[in-house]
Amino acid sequence: MRRSEKEKNKNISRRAFIFLSAQVGFMGLLGYRMRQLGVEQSQQFRLLAEENRISMQLVPPARGLIYDRKGKPVAINEPLYRIQMIREQAIEPERILRRLAEIIPLSDDQMNQVLKAARERRPWVPVTVTENLNWAQVSAVAANTPSLPGITPIVGTYRKYPYPQEYCHIVGYVGPVSDYDLSKIEDDDPLLRIPRFQIGKNGVETRAEHDLRGKAEIKRIEVNAVGRVMRQIDSKAGEPGKNLQLTVDTDLQRIALERISDKSAGVVLMDVNNGDILALASAPTFDPNKFVTGISVADWKALNANEYRPLANKTVSGTYPPGSTYKMVVALAALEAGVIDAKEQIRCRGSIEVYGSKFHCWRRGGHGKVNLIRSLRESCDVYFYEIAERVGIENISAMARKLGLGTRHALPLTAIREGLAPTKEWKRRVKGEDWVIGDTLNAGIGQGFTLASPLQLAIMAARIATGTAIDPRLINSVGEAGWPIKGNTPLDINPEHLALVRQGMFEVVNSSRGTARGSKIPVKGMEMAGKTGTSQVRRITKAERASGVVRNEDLPWKRRDHALFVAFAPYDNPKYAVAVIVEHGGGGSKVAAPIARDVMRAALESTDTGYGNLPSQKRRTGDPDEQSPQTPIKPRNRA
Amino acid sequence: MSFYDQQTQTIPTGFNKILAYHWALTLLIISASAIGFLMLFSVADGDINRWAQPQMIRFALGMIVMTIMAFIPISTYRSLSFLVYLIALALLVVVDFMGDASKGAQRWIDLGFIRLQPSELMKVALVMVLALYYSWLDRDRVSKPQWLLPPLILTFIPMALVLRQPDLGTAMLLFAGAAVVMFMAGVSWWYFATGASAAAGLVFAVLYSKGQSWQLLKDYQYKRIATFLDPSNDPLGAGYHITQSKIALGSGGISGRGFMQGTQGRLNFLPEKHTDFIFTTLAEEFGFAGGMTLLLIYGLIVMFCVVSAISNNNRYGALVTLGVSATFFFYFAVNMSMVMGMAPVVGVPLPLVSYGGSAMLVLLAGFGLVQSAHIHRPR
Repeated sequence: MRRSEKEKNKNISRRAFIFLSAQVGFMGLLGYRMRQLGVEQSQQFRLLAEENRISMQLVPPARGLIYDRKGKPVAINEPLYRIQMIREQAIEPERILRRLAEIIPLSDDQMNQVLKAARERRPWVPVTVTENLNWAQVSAVAANTPSLPGITPIVGTYRKYPYPQEYCHIVGYVGPVSDYDLSKIEDDDPLLRIPRFQIGKNGVETRAEHDLRGKAEIKRIEVNAVGRVMRQIDSKAGEPGKNLQLTVDTDLQRIALERISDKSAGVVLMDVNNGDILALASAPTFDPNKFVTGISVADWKALNANEYRPLANKTVSGTYPPGSTYKMVVALAALEAGVIDAKEQIRCRGSIEVYGSKFHCWRRGGHGKVNLIRSLRESCDVYFYEIAERVGIENISAMARKLGLGTRHALPLTAIREGLAPTKEWKRRVKGEDWVIGDTLNAGIGQGFTLASPLQLAIMAARIATGTAIDPRLINSVGEAGWPIKGNTPLDINPEHLALVRQGMFEVVNSSRGTARGSKIPVKGMEMAGKTGTSQVRRITKAERASGVVRNEDLPWKRRDHALFVAFAPYDNPKYAVAVIVEHGGGGSKVAAPIARDVMRAALESTDTGYGNLPSQKRRTGDPDEQSPQTPIKPRNRA
Repeated sequence: MSFYDQQTQTIPTGFNKILAYHWALTLLIISASAIGFLMLFSVADGDINRWAQPQMIRFALGMIVMTIMAFIPISTYRSLSFLVYLIALALLVVVDFMGDASKGAQRWIDLGFIRLQPSELMKVALVMVLALYYSWLDRDRVSKPQWLLPPLILTFIPMALVLRQPDLGTAMLLFAGAAVVMFMAGVSWWYFATGASAAAGLVFAVLYSKGQSWQLLKDYQYKRIATFLDPSNDPLGAGYHITQSKIALGSGGISGRGFMQGTQGRLNFLPEKHTDFIFTTLAEEFGFAGGMTLLLIYGLIVMFCVVSAISNNNRYGALVTLGVSATFFFYFAVNMSMVMGMAPVVGVPLPLVSYGGSAMLVLLAGFGLVQSAHIHRPR
């Protein structure tokens, strides 16, 4: 039996209504989902869309230049010309390259490499065709750009050091940032992410990296999904690196270097009144320019194999037993403690015995009766054994630190070593042994555990000369800002005691019985006061003692004594302090003192030791094209 | 002898047909398509010739087809239903077996002015043939198993051909359209309930079998499922589409970034920005408001169709209307679910909006049937 039409349609209507409800329900779900994405999580997705779209392009700033005291540039940015090709603009890259090869040298091999590189990249990515062109070549290319579509000459810069020998240890060098650098330094500067971006690797280049580097111009660009640049959104202006002026005088630095060129040695020349380091010479030297372009394996091996260690800056990284140059410290400690006075005499018989051990004076026969002045002048060891024992190691080391030894000096250099002014606590902590009286006696003549760098010895001489706690200064100005002079306040030492020690040092050089009598400056008003030191690097064996003293010259180089000399001048009105170390050089009086005298004399005789003016940095920033790398050279108009 | 013949007197004729024309539905179709033109203009970065203009020309053609079809009596279509089904089936066989295998899966036949996808045509043809079947079949036999067999065969043959292409999305849409017609025709609830539980059981078995000795799918297929469930697992691979699509949708906010201001589509971060993923650009540039507007237009189109079907005493006409509107609904429901990360990426265009000729033409032809059923409905 058939149902009525009405009933049939009722059935359709009911089911259609059910289905419609289901559809509306699902559309509600779609609407809810849309709300969820577009309203609730909108911020998050907006951010993701921006991240997709916006990419940063960095224009590296020009690195700050470094000048010497007189305003001579010692680290500069040289233009580096290279040629780039953009495949899609070149249309027929092979034909364009052939045409380019008629203008600049370009081998078939190079050409094939460029074509291969261009094919592997997306068509709008620039490929470097050739580097290290000279100005004439690059201008020829620039003039021909109308017939060379897709070819762009680019000017970048590279770091150059015009005085490589003089400043290799001070200025250091730059090199491409490495993964190791990135792991070591806490620096989120996006510039560091640029492949082969150059940062300081050594010396002032490293320590003043932040001032020298400047800030990148940041261009925000819109890119599409495959990385093609669509347009520039905005850009944040960059800032070129700040220029530095060193306190070092290139002429004095060169004189110091020439004087030690055949040795493994270090010389520090310092202005005692403001702390300026005028020369900081370490020999042998190396060529930092080789590091900028990438040093060859052979060169690198040669530098490392050289037993004179050319890469080490001996003035701050080398620490040596100061030997007799330490005697001023011991003398001042004893005077301040009151255990000795200027008059008291101590008899030197060539050696003393303490708890069964014999301690020798350098003069076998002994000095006889010795007072303070004479003990310094003739460098009597027994006198200092005696007063060291009286005053104790703690007082000696406290005086050493007061005079700048065994403490850190904040110079913008790498690998600065602290040296050591030992204490009982130090020996227990580091060596796990108790301090014995023999240690104190050894410290009394600057041997044993005591260590100092030439820089510290120069500071000591300067502080004795002025009675102030002067600190060294290597940089005179950063950008527009001057570097402060620090520590020109009186030391907490009785001036009479200082005068006494200074007099002893005067006699070392100027008395006919002084150990450095051969190195006096025979000019009125330039008299030098100093102290020799000959520090042992070996223990004298019993066999050697029995067979008599072995002559230093007969020993292998590595076992010979270090020659040291510290001085200040002029005696009446101190201007400069100098410290010299010649590694394994022999006697301080014979080897080190003449070097110190020559450097000192050159400094005293130089008529102009003030600062020269720097070229204004303003002018440099005025023409960004001149300095900033990555700027394409615009083709000249050909009328 | 059928009820149809008894009712001819109440069907409008002549000028009255124009009055009976479903103008509101037509207006909604034009609005949805207009949104499509705007978006195609925008994703082409202001280049009208690229997608917007060809789409407009096809739309105009489709509108002419729809209007002409609207004024042909629905009885004509009923008598042509089986023929249309056979033609669609034949074309499917042609693309499946004659298609150039070297070019991979070819799903279309080039007619010169349009690339016809037989699978699209089949969506409407299947609805027509099932409506024919159920308008012929005695109401009491609808739920009898032996009378359930012919519609299932009619459905499974084209489904198998489409799956061969392979096009899982279209095959499922075909099945869903057929199921809706059968449901409307009055097939017992029990079949649907049983079918649904069987499907749920199968899904469970597939997921449960992973890692078991009797694993049902290959490992890479499970990987696809995992990527669908959490696209951020594979942001540059298979998950890239869906991640970028969600970014575009979400970054629009409430009112959008402004016409032509969207970045995801213009800068090519979006895949298929002019076809399957065009909704994301709409949501990016016009925001939640724009997306909801389109959803509302779609909802009204579906609702008008259902209302028209309910008031239609012609069983064939009512079933065709419901079938076409259901197909339309599945199109946009699957597409939107897909771009919003609620369904896997199966390649279903957004109806009337996505760039593409044959989907639009077939849909407008389908609406021609709906219009005809509406005009010629006995009341």
